[in-house]
This record gives sequence, structure tokens and C-alpha cells, in this order.
Amino acid sequence: MTDQKQSAPRPIIELNAIRKKFGSFEALKGITATINEGEFFSLLGPSGCGKTTLLRIIAGFEDVSGGTILIGGKNMDGIAANQRPTNMVFQSYAIFPHLSVADNVGYGLKKRLPKAALKAEVDKALAMVDLAGYGSRAAHELSGGQRQRVALARALIMRPKVVLLDEPLSALDKKLREQMQHELRALQQSLGITFILVTHDQEEALIMSDRIAVMFEGQIAQLATPEELYRRPVTERVASFIGVMNFLDAKLINEISSGLELDIAALGHVVLPNSARPEGLDAAGIRRVGIRPEMLTVLFDADEGNGNVLEAQVTGTSYYGDMTYYGVLLPGQSEPVTISMRNTAGRSIAKPGSTVRVGWGADSVVLFR
Amino acid sequence: MKWRRFFSINWLLVYAVAYMIFLYAPVILLPLFAFNDGTIIAFPLSGYTTKWFVSLWETEALHGAVSNSLLVAVTTALISTSLGACAARAAARYRFPGKQAIVGFIMLPLVLPEIIVAVALLIMLVQLGLPLSLWTVVAGHVLICTPFSIAILSSAFAGLDQSLEEASFDLGETRWGTFSRVTLPLVLPGVISSLLICFTISLDEFIIAFFLTGTDVTLPVYIWSQLRFPTKLPSVMALGTILLALSVLLLVAAEWFRRRAAARQGQEISTPGGLV
Repeated sequence: MTDQKQSAPRPIIELNAIRKKFGSFEALKGITATINEGEFFSLLGPSGCGKTTLLRIIAGFEDVSGGTILIGGKNMDGIAANQRPTNMVFQSYAIFPHLSVADNVGYGLKKRLPKAALKAEVDKALAMVDLAGYGSRAAHELSGGQRQRVALARALIMRPKVVLLDEPLSALDKKLREQMQHELRALQQSLGITFILVTHDQEEALIMSDRIAVMFEGQIAQLATPEELYRRPVTERVASFIGVMNFLDAKLINEISSGLELDIAALGHVVLPNSARPEGLDAAGIRRVGIRPEMLTVLFDADEGNGNVLEAQVTGTSYYGDMTYYGVLLPGQSEPVTISMRNTAGRSIAKPGSTVRVGWGADSVVLFR
Repeated sequence: MKWRRFFSINWLLVYAVAYMIFLYAPVILLPLFAFNDGTIIAFPLSGYTTKWFVSLWETEALHGAVSNSLLVAVTTALISTSLGACAARAAARYRFPGKQAIVGFIMLPLVLPEIIVAVALLIMLVQLGLPLSLWTVVAGHVLICTPFSIAILSSAFAGLDQSLEEASFDLGETRWGTFSRVTLPLVLPGVISSLLICFTISLDEFIIAFFLTGTDVTLPVYIWSQLRFPTKLPSVMALGTILLALSVLLLVAAEWFRRRAAARQGQEISTPGGLV
């Protein structure tokens, strides 16, 4: 394998029709997915969607009720958590309270390595997470962020094929969380180890992941890159879970060679290019369309509307400093849509009750059935 | 209004002091007469002596009773704590049908009159045709000590984060290795506390020992038998003093270990669950 071409992604974890039942409750209803070597993969969903259960199944803490898991091509059936090439960073971090930082980090290698070699490995792992020199500290002397790093070092020292992270940042405050998101991502890229992150925070998943599996009620609703997920959500539920989406009723008028002719509420007669049409969507089944808040523009007098312009009424504004969010009632609609605008220099903010012109582009419309 | 508050506080204080005197004055009499140079247990005290302690040392029957009691107490403490640890871990970790009822039944001997338990056990043993011995006493003591053990160990196991054991397992450790490297060190102070409490309870338990023992008597039963001889009374006082000191020492040690367990798990020291 000496060719310099970008190698095709090699699967590290293959999930095949994974099912899990707790009594009569079906937590996972047939999960099939492939996670690649060196990938930052996120399981994203609301609480109770089964994402943590799936992670615990991969780790070996839960049995499956059906389906198979391959890790590195090897069937994990009957292989317990302590024999799997995975290591977990727990939500509570699970730092052993009776051991020092060094003993925590070296826990998994203590019986396998002589003392000097163990110390060298521990020091290396601590340096990796920016905790060099913290080895002799007691567990209770650490801050939340430091505990998180110790938990990470303790997993990484085992040189796992896959690191499993169960909502690792949810206990941290906002500033620290954002910092750790970037650090975790950078560390994962430099190590080239597969990370699987469980999170309910869509922003966190978008920032950190190569690919995201959005889960609802024990099923994967969509598995895609962050950009694909945001731009082309396959269902209304995915669309409203990832960011904000404005929905409008729509109806197919005609299928033409250059695209789809639709009648969309408030926007009127629209021709959408074929590229807007997701794979496998039956055009006759289109009932609704979605437009992201940043794809709509509040036009001020100076602005030129390039083609698609509507008259609409501002119902409310929310000022976020860098952004302003408008609630705008489009003609013939009962519910206002959300429009986000950057507060660039010299731009005024429209007052609630005033009438504005709203611009939009046909290429930003997402189709739903 | 001020005088009323003044009085109410004062009355509370009086009540508290009276209560403490009522509780502990008889106990204080024990060492007082143990060192009193006179056969009759009455005031005024006639002088200081340690001869009652010396006479204890010279009584052969007492030595037998002490070694019997130590055997029973140590065995009871070990069995009760083992059973208690299993029950406490199950109660803290697993959900199963009838859990409340089962735990309730195990804790019942705490509130059952001991004499009832003793008589019931005696009847059962006689029906089964089992000879009375120190082992039947151990069985009875395990019955009344296990609830105390569960009460102590429950707080130790409940404070133990389940993901700690999972983390150890995840890091390649075996189930047994996880128990010895993570679980046991974290609940060990609770285990020691339970051993000490069970030992203490068994050591000075009288009713069950009286009913269930055969020819080998335990210390409390021996003391009771000595009460028939007025001249032996000061020796009994001396023995009581030793037992009292030992009990206090053990209970303080048990509480110290329980608090250390709580501190290790990062809990508030004042969490309820301790016996002292």
C-alpha cells in the first residue's frame, strides 16, 4: 500500500441491525451503520433516543437483543468490555476517588508494565492532555475540566482502536465546553484514532464531527456529514433538531427536465433545480419545504433584491449582539418565520410592526414529504 | 416576650441535663463501684482498690466465657457483614420485583422483641432436633446483626458510582480485579465499621445467648449467673467496666471508619446512615 492516493475509508466498526429491548421497551430498533478508521463520529439525538444505549453496546456494557457488531472486522459477540479494543470516557468521568491522577491514568496498564515503563507512559498520556506534572494530585483536587482530561488520558493510554465518549462535555460551563470541543477535535485528528461521541447538543456535534448519526426513538433518522445534515435534512424532524428551520406548505405542479415546479405558500410559483431534490424523494409526495433563517434576508432600502422579493411584516426582534433574529409574517401566513441577519456596520434594525422586503433564493429551499 | 424565650430555653436545658443523667448515671455507677473497696454496693464509698479486677483474672470459668464470647462475636461479625454486604450491594445496584418487601423482611429483626426471636428460634431448633451450642448462638446473633450491617453498608454501596466499576472493567480489569482494586477499597471503611458494630452487639447480647446456648456460656450469660452471689457483685462491676470501655472504644472506631468511607467517596460527613 505505497500509493499516495487518498485511501478509501476503512471500516473500524460495523453495526448490523442492532436491536435492544429493555423488557417490553424497544430502545434500539435495528441500527445499521459503518464507522470508519480515524473518523470523529457523533451519535446525536434527544434524551431517550437510544444513543447512550448504542454506545454502551459498542463498549460491551450491554448485550444486544439482535444484530451483530464487528470491531476491526472481528465479531464482538460474547466478548466482554474488558476484552474489547474500545475505551470509554464516562459522563461522570468515573475518576477513581481513592487513587492519585497518575494511578488513575495508569490503572489499565499497571499489571502489564514494569514500574518505570508505566511511569513513562503515564507522563506521556498526561502531557497529551496538557496535565503534565499533575500526576501526584488527588482526584478530588481537580476541577471539572481537569477531571475530563484525566478520564481522556486514562482511555488513551490503553491505545484503543476506538474511544467512546458519553456526553463528556455536558458537565462543563459554556466557555470551557467550547474550548474542550476544539481541543478534543484537534487531539483526535493528531492521533488519528476513531472517536465516537454521544451528545444531545447539535452545535457540539456539528463543530466536532466528521459524520453524525441523528437518532430518534431507537432509529437512525439520518447519517451524514455536518454540512449535508444542515443543508439537506431528510425529514422535518431532523431539520428542526439541527438548527432552526422555517417550514412552508407546498404542492407539486409539474416535473420538468430542469427541475421541479412547485406552488409554495407565501413564496408562490417556484421552479427548483434538480439538485434540491434529495435522493429517493418521490416528487408527488412533496408536502412541505424548509428554508433556514440565514437564507432569508431582510432587505433595507439600499439593498437590491435579486429576483425573489416579498413584502412582509416584522412581528418581533431578538438582539444577539452579532446577530439579530426577526420574526416576520409572510403574506397569507398565520405563523411568523425566523430570519437571522448579521449586524454589519451601519445596518439599522427594523422595528416590530414595520413592513420590510424579504429576499430569498430558490437554491436554499429544502424539500420534505 | 423576652422572658418567655429565656424560660423556654432554660427548661429545654434542664430537660436535656435530666435526660442525660437518667441515661448515663447508672452507667457511671459501674466503674465507681468496680474500684470501691467494699463488698456491699452502696454509698458511701469505702476506698480505692483494684482487687476486683485481680479476682477476675483468677476466675477460670470467666476465661472460658470470654473465649466463648470472642468466638461467637468474631464469627457473627464475619458472617453478618458478608451477608450484609451482599444484600446492601443488591439493594443499591439492582431493581427486582419484591425488593422493598425482601429488604423489609431482612430488617425486621431490628424491631422484633428479642425474647420473641429467642423463643421462636429455641422452639425451631428443638423441633429440628439440633443440639444447643455456641453455633446456635451464632445463628441467632447473625439474625439480629445482619440488619445493622445492611444499614451501615447500604450507605457505603449507595454512595458508590456504578460507572467506577464499569470504568475499571472497561480498562481491561477482570470482575474480581475490579472488586479488589476499586469496590473493596471504596467500601472498606464501611465494612470495618460493620464488623465492629456486629462484634459489639454480639459480645454483649444476653437474651438469645441465654436461650440458645448449651453448656458453653457466653460472657453476658456468665455475668447473669454470677449475680446470684452477692459477694461476686463487685467483680461483675469490674467486668462491666471493662466491657463498657471496650464497647465505647469499638463504637467510636466504627463511626470513625464510617465517616472516612463517606469522606473517601466525597460525600458530606454529616450524611445520615451512621448509627452513632
